Amino acid sequence: MSTLTKQTKIGSLIDFPAKGFEAARSQAKEAFEIQGLPGTKTEEYKFTAITKKLEQQLNDVTMAEPFEVTPDMVNSNLFKGFDGDVLVFANGHFQANVSSQIEGIEISLLSNNSDTPIGKIAKPEKDVFCAINQATFTGGLFISIPKKIQLEKTILFMNFTKISAGQVIQPRIWIEAGDFAEATFIEQAINLTDVTFFVNKVVEIKGGHNTHLHYYRLQNEGSNAIEVSNIETDIQQDSTFSSVVISLSGEMVRNNLSLNLLGSNSEGNMYGLYLLNGKTHVDNHTNVDHTIPHAESNELYKGILADHSRGVFNGKIFVRQDAQKTNAFQQNNNILLSEDAVVNTKPQLEIWADDVKCSHGCTTGQLDEEALFYLQTRGIGKQQAKGLLLYAFAGEVLEHIKHEAFKTYCTQLVEDRLGAKL
Amino acid sequence: MLSIKNLHASIEGTPILRGINLEIKAGEVHAIMGPNGSGKSTLASVLAGREEYEVTDGEVIFNGKDLLEYSPEDRAREGVFLAFQYPVEIPGVSSTNFLRTAVNQVREYRGLDPLDAVKFLTLMKEKMKLVEIDQKLLSRSLNEGFSGGEKKRNEIFQMAMLEPKLSILDETDSGLDIDALKIVSNGVNQLKSKDNATIVVTHYQRLLDYIVPDYVHVLYKGRIVKSGTKELALELEEKGYDWIKEAVDSEATV
Repeated sequence: MSTLTKQTKIGSLIDFPAKGFEAARSQAKEAFEIQGLPGTKTEEYKFTAITKKLEQQLNDVTMAEPFEVTPDMVNSNLFKGFDGDVLVFANGHFQANVSSQIEGIEISLLSNNSDTPIGKIAKPEKDVFCAINQATFTGGLFISIPKKIQLEKTILFMNFTKISAGQVIQPRIWIEAGDFAEATFIEQAINLTDVTFFVNKVVEIKGGHNTHLHYYRLQNEGSNAIEVSNIETDIQQDSTFSSVVISLSGEMVRNNLSLNLLGSNSEGNMYGLYLLNGKTHVDNHTNVDHTIPHAESNELYKGILADHSRGVFNGKIFVRQDAQKTNAFQQNNNILLSEDAVVNTKPQLEIWADDVKCSHGCTTGQLDEEALFYLQTRGIGKQQAKGLLLYAFAGEVLEHIKHEAFKTYCTQLVEDRLGAKL
Repeated sequence: MLSIKNLHASIEGTPILRGINLEIKAGEVHAIMGPNGSGKSTLASVLAGREEYEVTDGEVIFNGKDLLEYSPEDRAREGVFLAFQYPVEIPGVSSTNFLRTAVNQVREYRGLDPLDAVKFLTLMKEKMKLVEIDQKLLSRSLNEGFSGGEKKRNEIFQMAMLEPKLSILDETDSGLDIDALKIVSNGVNQLKSKDNATIVVTHYQRLLDYIVPDYVHVLYKGRIVKSGTKELALELEEKGYDWIKEAVDSEATV
């Protein structure tokens, strides 16, 4: 057991009295005791000293309470062109009164669905923050999309944060989608305070056969956010799941994303773009588990790092012995704009089947000087030429956002960042 | 138009250009020839403003302005155009968007209104005919997956769009088959006027059958060692560079 457990501020959270899900909570506490908080020698957190960061930045650690969100706050924060449904959270707590009523699907508090098998997809044994969330979350959300329901409108999770220093927000969402269900989710965070806070989020997604889900995340809540998220999904036969994560700011962000390909002819896609400046630290840990034959996974993460920023990419691909005819592709490319920016990238492929197509590659370099000169000799100013080249690099990830208005919004944010000083 | 005096340039401390003198007037075509490693491409690069080269002595006056004081983009806006020996592939940047940005930045510098989408496309269609470049090519990423000939044609197409006063063609002929060479040369010739000038940098005389120079200069060891008319190019074609090398080298030992 790690020495860093309950003695730490963040570790003391584990005793927070949360109601319901007794069995799952005690299982999570046990998982917490066994794992302890990650220290400098914990392999999975080797490059992301999250425990140290939390101890330094958080004073009195308490659980953040919900607050009132007005319809005006919701409307004024919708990005241009969004015409879907909005589910509002205040410090991680679902706010039904300002959320859309969505016909044909079930949305309620997790506590009202006490037989939900939480922790069966995002297992507390795999990540200690996942365990902390499971042991102590309150105000989680349950979403169930019945079979054959294809949601035409996108669901936007709008997460408002308003807290005093040191508070912890622990959102938890369970999504289940029946056979042939289709849906698109977008996560957006709006931070109303200027003190450091910690978000420890878990999202579990259970798909049926032939379900098709898109999950988009925009991480842009400013330099006060310390965040760990665990998002995990089970992907069944003939189903697809696609994730795009755009990370633009944060103090320290760790995204654990895991796809379990459990049925043949299934497909999992993971795309990510991180544009980092200042001292922002973003760590994407992805995991795809090919358990059956004839499934495909695609992964592309790209990063542009300026100033003293730090990026981490760790991509695990596990191809089990039965998973013949697997296609698995992974790519991570980085551009460093400053001598002080650092990126650690680690592909981790474990392949037990013998008839598979797997490829991976990672590159880290500077902006292409020859391309820059070429553009300049055509009369394009140096700053704009840099912006053009960086945008071209980033655009490959943005192309995977299939929601037009959200893509336009993200494109604008990225262009603004790259056009001026990154 | 262009006056180069005693130009010295080096890369990482190694001198490449050792005193170039060259006068070019509007309406003229100058060919710069010479054996490999003589400094031809360096001269082209220094004029365009490539940063790796350090100018250690001399001056370059372009239309009364000290060209060496300008950034690469401002040189382009002042009217200098370099057709690259190896045009750069830039994935993700569409040829059309790139050109529109370039044309409008150059126009802005020259105090002209930007071209709107319609006017830009009209101009593009007109100039495309000059080098017989396919629209499909321009809807792709800049130079990405283009054949050698397509890249060179794209260079001349960009030149046509930007309407430079001084065009420098760096080995534009290398690697081209005769059909492509004719198309490229034809484009260059149509763009020639009494108000602009062209520097053709080449190793081979062949290109000069199609782009006929007013003057031919031979560059060797970073200096112009011989100048003449187009007949000099034919003489070089026939006799090679050795007789010039020998003449220069024996002079140096005296």
